[in-house]
Amino acid sequence: MKPIVKDICCKVSRGYQFVCQPGRRLIALALLASLVACSDTTLNSPHPAGEDSQKIIAYSSFSERPKHLDPVRSYSADEGVFIDQIYDPPLQYHYLKRPYELVPNTLTAMPEVVYSDINGNPVAEDSPELVYSTYVLTLKPGTYYQPHPAFATQASSEQGEDTQPRYRFASAADSAAFKTLDDFTESDTRELVAADYVYQLKRLADPANLSPIRGLLAEYIVGMNEFAEQVTAARKQLADEPRYQQTRWLNLDNYDFSGVKLLDKYRYSIQLKGKYPQFRYWLAMRFLAPVPELVDEFYHQPGLADRNITLDWHPVGSGPFMMTLNDPNEAIVLQRNPNYRDDFYPTEGEPGDAEAGLLDDAGKRLPMIDEVIFRLEKESIPLWTKFLQGYYDRSGISSDSFDQAVSIGTTGVDLSDELKQLGIKLNVEVLPVTYYFGFNMLDPIVGGQPLPDSDQPADPVAQEKARKLRQAIAIAYNEEERISIFLNGRGETAQSPIPPGIFGYQQGQDGINSYVFDWDPNIRQEGASEPGAPVRKSIEVARQLLAEAGYPDGRDAQTGEPLVLNLDTPTGGGAASAQQIWLIKQFKKLGIQLNIRGSDYNRFKEKMVTGNAQMFQWGWSADYPDAENFLFLLYSKNGQVVTGGAGVNSSNYHNPEYDRLFEQMKLMPDSPERLAIIKRMIAIYQHDAPWASGLHLHSYVLDNPWVKNTKPHGISAATLKYRKIDTDMRAELREQRNQPVLWPLILVALVILVLMIPGYRAYRQRQNYRVMDAFKRSSGAPANSSQTTDSNGGQG
Amino acid sequence: MLAYIIRRLFYAIPILIGVNLLTFALFFMVNTPDQMARVQLGDKYVDPQAIEAWKSQRGYDKPLFLNDREGSEGLLTDTIFFDKSIRLFALDFGKSDEGRSISADIYQRMWPSLAVALPTFVIGLAVNIALALFVVMFRASLFDTAAMVACVVLMSISGVFYVFAGQYLFAKLWNLVPISGYLAGLDAAKFLILPVIIGVIGGIGSGTRLYRTLFLEEAGKDYVRTARAKGVPELTVLFRHILPNGLIPILTSVVVVIPSLFMGSLLVESFFGIPGLGSYTLDAIQAQDFAIVRSMVFLGSLLYIVGLILTDISYTLVDPRVRLS
Repeated sequence: MKPIVKDICCKVSRGYQFVCQPGRRLIALALLASLVACSDTTLNSPHPAGEDSQKIIAYSSFSERPKHLDPVRSYSADEGVFIDQIYDPPLQYHYLKRPYELVPNTLTAMPEVVYSDINGNPVAEDSPELVYSTYVLTLKPGTYYQPHPAFATQASSEQGEDTQPRYRFASAADSAAFKTLDDFTESDTRELVAADYVYQLKRLADPANLSPIRGLLAEYIVGMNEFAEQVTAARKQLADEPRYQQTRWLNLDNYDFSGVKLLDKYRYSIQLKGKYPQFRYWLAMRFLAPVPELVDEFYHQPGLADRNITLDWHPVGSGPFMMTLNDPNEAIVLQRNPNYRDDFYPTEGEPGDAEAGLLDDAGKRLPMIDEVIFRLEKESIPLWTKFLQGYYDRSGISSDSFDQAVSIGTTGVDLSDELKQLGIKLNVEVLPVTYYFGFNMLDPIVGGQPLPDSDQPADPVAQEKARKLRQAIAIAYNEEERISIFLNGRGETAQSPIPPGIFGYQQGQDGINSYVFDWDPNIRQEGASEPGAPVRKSIEVARQLLAEAGYPDGRDAQTGEPLVLNLDTPTGGGAASAQQIWLIKQFKKLGIQLNIRGSDYNRFKEKMVTGNAQMFQWGWSADYPDAENFLFLLYSKNGQVVTGGAGVNSSNYHNPEYDRLFEQMKLMPDSPERLAIIKRMIAIYQHDAPWASGLHLHSYVLDNPWVKNTKPHGISAATLKYRKIDTDMRAELREQRNQPVLWPLILVALVILVLMIPGYRAYRQRQNYRVMDAFKRSSGAPANSSQTTDSNGGQG
Repeated sequence: MLAYIIRRLFYAIPILIGVNLLTFALFFMVNTPDQMARVQLGDKYVDPQAIEAWKSQRGYDKPLFLNDREGSEGLLTDTIFFDKSIRLFALDFGKSDEGRSISADIYQRMWPSLAVALPTFVIGLAVNIALALFVVMFRASLFDTAAMVACVVLMSISGVFYVFAGQYLFAKLWNLVPISGYLAGLDAAKFLILPVIIGVIGGIGSGTRLYRTLFLEEAGKDYVRTARAKGVPELTVLFRHILPNGLIPILTSVVVVIPSLFMGSLLVESFFGIPGLGSYTLDAIQAQDFAIVRSMVFLGSLLYIVGLILTDISYTLVDPRVRLS
């Protein structure tokens, strides 16, 4: 017990001595208070007492329960926080180096890529005869899965030489005793082998698993569509079989996937159509992480899915952590995988990492914590309060708490004094995310592009007018002001679709959108070493463009009608309405009337898919750190309308030169030649202005002082293994921050007492009230009657 | 009585069909199966094939109400409505659109709901009755007037204010209880203190006023006057005479609520991070998970009907003059 707690106990005890005379209630209350105060833990802790006394536990939170934890299905960043710690894709990102760099994860080296012609003969990378590229991946031996009942075995013969899986059920009745995964008392492990990666690729190709990237990868991986057809036909054949109806189990290993080959125990290959250099990034994602066939079969046994015992709920991996509790109503717990392979903290990073202490643990074994507990936190205020109390190690900053946490002054972003006193540290990073205000290029007023199925040729005059209208809006739409007002400055105006940190991003004067900004060499940007900053062109320039577009002062030059534009949005009310008022003001600068058409998300999405929106706001978070993953947002074959909603080109933008350059650029490695093409594509984008504006978000993450080795990583979520927690410091600071304040309880008890004493006296007085006494007092006659009044004042 | 209960249960069937039909119509008026698929599958790279596959797996590829493709035999039965509704009457809630067993989720989440709702209900009832009796004891006095003003003030304050004020004072300023969260088992107790206190305080205004009115009605009756005339002490009058008779209308209004305690509270569960059925329903509405919404509406209706039947039964128990036939 800490001295300060003892002191409180003594005070409460003395209080008890003092108040024991007035009444039993107060005694009881004081006794309760003293008992509570004498506890060896803080009273407001949301964690069970003593939970972290024996283990190094990191505390975190989640706001929405993960929908999918099956690596073939899961695509959300929120889900990645959990399963990226569990599954082991072949590659991973270097934790410290920037720009982002891929390194082997379970592989011995980076994949070997072999290019071949139509007959399978090797050809050079730049050969015009190149038809296939084959990735050969070699695993490190000795990687083992987490303990799991799917790996448990038993002897299948009396001699005990052969084994078979321990848990196999013929019917739902057989498995009825297993209500949860914990009911499977036996577990075992197994070595990670290449067949597990092959099996997962087959799962990805199986349409029944609804993988979100199946359609995309089917364009590249040889034989994926054929494999999908095979298994779909097989599932149809089995549809009437009772066993299949119960389990939906199909052993995918029985079907051939021509583009995916198992070479030996530790080697496998993936054959792609043509060249697709970005495929290496997919190798670092959970979709291509291993799932053994016997794990898939285990979860497809009769009756288990009815009790939510599925791979989508209970992941099985060979990564640094394993999920030991998945109760998203309360908590999700990741524990250190006892079978985790040899993995060590990186020994090199980027300049400044050593000074920041990020290399203090270089070469140490990973993971550095035993357990991570994620608790459900739906509301931002309790989350923020618990972080300040020390019950969570890290926190983002919601708009509600921003002013309390951060001050933005002339010297840039800094923590508030309150947080500095608590020793909290701030991590800031520009996320590989682009939000934009887009135009639907199929709209006749703001776009002018012909519809995809239209025979009519484009009208160049109308297109040029629409372009000038878009340019005018791009100047009037003051993104810097929006970031300042609505995002507390947590972002920067996008000059192109490519965010900072991605190859192709241009800084300084070369990088500005010269149609919207001028370069002022005399202004110094926040945090910049050199003077010079972009300055938005004056509104007069925008008005001139608007007039050239045929709308002088915001009115149609021919009809005199005011120009009314429509913004479709899936939001409305609350904070959104303030933004909408701001948006209307931006257009009003040009005399344009902005009509905001709010609808629910479904209606909004439908308008986008059918091309009926005129202007909209959208965003894109990178799958991988490559310019292709941003520039494809404007590639015409990705148009929302032409793809029936599957495409990412929400503007339906179509520029043949841009498309040609994109197809050229996406096959190239990062090089000066590639950079030149990217610059040209950005110039086309800036000229055509399919987006009025864009912004790249900044991530602000706060760390309590006991948290070490945190460096924001915009792409990968598999970073928990590097985190370090000083548990002694945490325990001490938690206790300091959470001393209970007991005087309000005592005060409440006293107030109740004070109220009760006159109440009791009034009651007694009322009980003893005699009419004759009152009569005597008023008339002077002697009292000789015991009659009482009723409480209505009438005589009984 | 048994015949009466059976008859009431039969009456419930058309009501439940109607509720189900209404839920179905309202839900699908604003959500098409395609839109539901998009919500479930996410925004990135979702092609029409994936949407069709999702609908097919979950049985949303059929017509809503009438299937004229299948001929007269399957006209009504081979539809989404029939598929999704008929099993509900066997209390088979099936799977959510995410693929999880709804029955298992309901079973898991009803305990936290009960853990908050039951003590709030019981303590709130006791406190409200006690306060109402206390006020009745001093009726027609300045204290009575002040108490009623206080009740109106308490009723006028938004429930959210109680939540924020309670969290700020008890959890943040005084560090006495966790601000939110939930742990299973005995550890749940410390998380329940604050929501229960706030739930009780939030209900004092309306509860005390209502019960005071009921008790005052009893207090003016002849048998109470007679008791006082006999010299029965005021406390005895209150607890032995007014309370039991005043409890009859209270009991009947309270019994109807008891089954609904399972369904949880949207407000309290949401702000205190309690993983009950209230937040389950709210999450399902936000996620456009029709399977859960339909199940929860059905369950709510069923529990309400059960509550009404229990109310009728409780009448016969507390008032011997009432007989069910």
